Amino acid sequence: MSNTETKPSDSLITTDVETGSNDRTAPSDRTAVAARDLNVFYGDEQAIDDVSMEIPEKRVTALIGPSGCGKSTFLRCINRMNDMIEVCRVEGDIEFGGKNVYDDDVDPVALRRKIGMVFQKPNPFPKSIRDNVAYGLKIQGFDGDVDERVEESLKGAALWDEVKDQLGSSGLDLSGGQQQRLCIARAIAPDPEVILMDEPTSALDPVAASKIEDLIDDLAEEYTVIIVTHNMQQAARISDRTAVFLTGGRLVEYDDTTKIFEDPEEQRVEDYITGKFG
Amino acid sequence: MTDSTESPDLQRRSGLTRLKEGTYGGFFAACAVITLLTTVAIIATLLSDALMFFAEVPIREFLFSTSWSPNPRGGGQSFGIVALVIGTLTVTITAAFVALPVGTLTAIYLSEYATSSARSILKPLLEILAGIPTVVYGYFALVYITPALKATLFPEMSTFNALSASLMVGIMTIPMVSSISEDAMSAVPDDLRQAGYGLGATKFEVSTGIVVPASISGIASSYILAVSRAIGETMIVVVAMGAQARMPAVRETLLGIPYINPTDVLLDSGMTITVAMVQIAGGDLTGGTIPYDAMFALGLTLFVVTLVMNVLSDLIAERYREEY
Ligand SMILES: Nc1ncnc2c1ncn2[C@@H]1O[C@H](COP(=O)(O)OP(=O)(O)OP(=O)(O)O)[C@@H](O)[C@H]1O
Ligand SMILES: [Mg+2]
Repeated sequence: MSNTETKPSDSLITTDVETGSNDRTAPSDRTAVAARDLNVFYGDEQAIDDVSMEIPEKRVTALIGPSGCGKSTFLRCINRMNDMIEVCRVEGDIEFGGKNVYDDDVDPVALRRKIGMVFQKPNPFPKSIRDNVAYGLKIQGFDGDVDERVEESLKGAALWDEVKDQLGSSGLDLSGGQQQRLCIARAIAPDPEVILMDEPTSALDPVAASKIEDLIDDLAEEYTVIIVTHNMQQAARISDRTAVFLTGGRLVEYDDTTKIFEDPEEQRVEDYITGKFG
Repeated sequence: MTDSTESPDLQRRSGLTRLKEGTYGGFFAACAVITLLTTVAIIATLLSDALMFFAEVPIREFLFSTSWSPNPRGGGQSFGIVALVIGTLTVTITAAFVALPVGTLTAIYLSEYATSSARSILKPLLEILAGIPTVVYGYFALVYITPALKATLFPEMSTFNALSASLMVGIMTIPMVSSISEDAMSAVPDDLRQAGYGLGATKFEVSTGIVVPASISGIASSYILAVSRAIGETMIVVVAMGAQARMPAVRETLLGIPYINPTDVLLDSGMTITVAMVQIAGGDLTGGTIPYDAMFALGLTLFVVTLVMNVLSDLIAERYREEY
């Protein structure tokens, strides 16, 4: 009953590159993260309005929608990064592995060790490349071979060949796109189950961005990827499922990416995707 | 493009505006020049009078003699700086032991842990601490700290002693360390903290493993400034440490290595370089006498030490500058 066997064979990939250009279009049978009646407030202002959705395991799920519609807020609920915002209040459940992460007995620190995050602006630590990747391992008390894991992670982030001779030099000396891949390597090094990405390519040039896109495609072999993006083509290219949020923090439509981009149920979604609105 | 008839107003300003601008510029420059001249004049005076002193007293005697008595009643002056250096080092090192850790931890608390309301109370309090005149600190040390230490830990301590004075100098420099370090830590971009938290770091791990290393140059600068301040501190030391240039007993370890027992120095009175200068300046000496010139030799010594510290601090700031 393993997941991989339910996937269509590779021969289906090559055609129809416009949408869902990969082999994971069939919905997974397992849910990695689920939101149930989620409401989020910043003070009196509501940022997420009664959102329920199930995010499949080992797939790329894209969150799209106009600015301010609550995509980042939703993402930060999943690993409880919202806890650090004093005015932020969360109601409802986020289930991860069947457990509500907002339960009293959940330690957000432990949760974040299972859910990696990549931010909009590349934010490597002012440390060496090696120490950047090893940071998560260090704080999590990893007792295996750190150098081996660093190498694996950098390979996983398609950065190894470019940096293997300069692991000791500062992560800040890399280009923006390399820095972002370093951040991805850092996020996957502790081997999380889910990777959250908040507009990971919006600060990058198109070439660097397309490298990250390829990488995201590979990451979904092993990880559940949830990505916020403003770039419709990007969402169409890399994701299996797409959730469209519209103003007020409402989830308007959530379906297979192909369906959303080719035949959305909602007129508003079509307007948004075709650029008539937002 | 073609239908815009009026050309933009690019005319030079009227003569009056330009004159006003010129006057402002001249005024600011004059202030800058005054500062510069004062500095140069001070250094020149220090140098020339110090040179006069070294014409009378060999520099070797100044640096290596252990006896300091510029105005003995019975004659036989001596100008050895060693006892004074021991006094200054004692105060500086002891004060550093108080100010650096407490100041750094305070800065971490303020920058990383404190809620905005706690911060809004604590920061002004620290600024008040920094604004108290040092003579008040001095009396506080003499009247409260010394009796308290005497009653509890060190009954054999003398009324004027280096320990109370040094502790007080340390307390006085805490705000300097904490405020400069806190500025450096607050300047660390939030991105880096987010990255740490996103990897499952605790607040402590983020503070010590990310924020402190990223702001280390600012922290180091604050240390050096605080140490410079302790070296130059006068009032607290005059009031609480007494003013006796006492050379502590030099003992020998089993292997014959000479050492000075810290308690000999800390629990007894002593004199620092600054206090020796105050004492000379407070006497009715006129220019041209050797003790008078000695004051400038001491001043020059302090100046050189603090200058080196400042250069060091700049170098450290330069060396460890983080671009984030
Ligand atoms: N830290 C905060 N404090 C108060 N309000 C916030 C905070 N962060 C977000 N908001 C508000 O919550 C709403 C949703 O913000 P969010 O950042 O989730 O939107 P977004 O969809 O990610 O937008 P963008 O595409 O511009 O990144 C906005 O109205 C915003 O003003
Ligand atoms: Mg956002």
